[in-house]
Amino acid sequence: MSLTVDEVRHIANLARLQLTPEEERRYAQQLSSILESAARLLEVDTAQIPPTATVLPLRAPLRPDTPRPCPTREKMLSNAPEAEAGMFRVPPVLE
Amino acid sequence: MPSLTDISLLEAASALRKGDFSSVELTEACLERIEALEPQIHAFLAQTPDLAISQAKAADQRLQEWRKNTEEPLPLTLGIPVAIKDVLCLEGIPTTCGSLILEDFRPPYSATSVARLIDNGVVILGKTNTDEFAMGSSTENSAYGTTHNPWDLDRVPGGSSGGSAAAVAAHMCFAALGTDTGGSVRQPASFCGITGLKTSYGRVSRYGLIAYGSSLDTVGALTRSAADLLPLFTAMAGHDPLDSTCMPDPVPEINLDDGSLAGIRIGVPKEYFIEGIQDEVETAVRSAVKIFEALGAEIQEVSLPHTDLALPVYYLIAPAEASANLARYDAVRFGPRLKSEKLWDQYLKTRGELFGPEVKRRIMLGTYALSAGYYDAYYGQAQKVRTLIKDDFETVFKDVDLIACPVAPTTAFRIGEHGDDPLAMYLEDIFTLPANLAGVPGMAFPVGFDRNDLPIGMQLNAPHMGEKALFQAVHAYQTQTDWHRRKPDL
Repeated sequence: MSLTVDEVRHIANLARLQLTPEEERRYAQQLSSILESAARLLEVDTAQIPPTATVLPLRAPLRPDTPRPCPTREKMLSNAPEAEAGMFRVPPVLE
Repeated sequence: MPSLTDISLLEAASALRKGDFSSVELTEACLERIEALEPQIHAFLAQTPDLAISQAKAADQRLQEWRKNTEEPLPLTLGIPVAIKDVLCLEGIPTTCGSLILEDFRPPYSATSVARLIDNGVVILGKTNTDEFAMGSSTENSAYGTTHNPWDLDRVPGGSSGGSAAAVAAHMCFAALGTDTGGSVRQPASFCGITGLKTSYGRVSRYGLIAYGSSLDTVGALTRSAADLLPLFTAMAGHDPLDSTCMPDPVPEINLDDGSLAGIRIGVPKEYFIEGIQDEVETAVRSAVKIFEALGAEIQEVSLPHTDLALPVYYLIAPAEASANLARYDAVRFGPRLKSEKLWDQYLKTRGELFGPEVKRRIMLGTYALSAGYYDAYYGQAQKVRTLIKDDFETVFKDVDLIACPVAPTTAFRIGEHGDDPLAMYLEDIFTLPANLAGVPGMAFPVGFDRNDLPIGMQLNAPHMGEKALFQAVHAYQTQTDWHRRKPDL
């Protein structure tokens, strides 16, 4: 299994990561060798094996939906790179 | 009289009660030691001396009140200086996860594990270094520089909880919190010659632990002995309504007085003694097993046949979960922003420039494993093989109470030794990953030193929620040995 530079570019875009051409080349090589080392995993016969998403016996426990104290709006905005009128400010999304 | 920083946590707790010294004096002793050694070790990303002194004063006040009525219960952690791995939120104090993308982030709330320690009176000295977002085995992936191993400053302390391990090993603090997603408490504990607990998945709340691999992440602790670790475990464990994966089970009462291991069955898995393991590691682990036998345990060889698949399973599942968890770093709500005119470009630029190379590698690996056309072949297949690994443990735990094995194939390696070879670094985790995939607890503890005077660790694993047996067995071993009392020359 090997990844081309084009595939790396596609994945990086899905993951919203801007890469330099040098990074694209290096990741193509490194990700390919990681996937090659995982090849033996693909050989295992798992036709009858259920997947494990969690090791816990718990399934979505429920609790009463009661109000409790929470941090203030000012506090939640205090880490924002830009805030205005009690909201997070971002650059335009649409053209 | 030994220096205040050289006594054990339990000795310090007892001396605080007797009034031999105050928590402020104990805290000042730790702060002085940090000041003297931090330039060589770099265990901390943030130091909080003002917070520490104010917490120590409050502890001294509580101790003074308590002396009027000594019948009142008092937590053993009261007034004890500790450090917190920088992936756990501490309200108002910079929490970076070792990443530039969280530079100057000040959490609006504390993690449940941290809040519970604060409720139990600890003194917080600072936040410790970690591989970026806990992705690594050496702290070399921290954006803020590598931590140095107190036993040999040219070597790594292990990782990702390497700052915590180095701080405890260098006697800068009595205990530190760590997290373990693939070995990140146990491997640095092993490399630094201390005791580290990876809790069962679901035993300690993950609320306020900045997520890496959500089905694998656990909060644990590092100390200089199992006896010192117990009060931290007791304080942190137990149900938390803020984490739906935190088990409702009561926290067990653990008594370390009876040191016998009569009737305890310990399995030694043959798959863990493979080619490539350092001779001295195998010899030390096998000698330790003999001591468990002398303590009354029954030893038998067992088999965990899917062990060799743990590495590829982990390095698909953890990156897949990471790629989803790290989507939140979008420069909208927190973290630095590399400005662009369009939101889309801002995402690309900020994430591309501020995530480090290993984090980007894992995000892409995970994104690929989850992407259309590859989901079933990679992520789905890894989840199915995870079932086989979990079943291996369940089968073996029908016959034995504990599993004994090495923590890592070698002792601490040199800084820079693995260069830019991600696979070589991933191989460091082969003996620790299976416990995370199965969700079972493990405790690492020192069992010897190699020819370079570097600590050798081993681990015991127990069934899910079986921490009690780990504490009892490791404590029994530590009553018979003094590896855990060794201190690096600094």
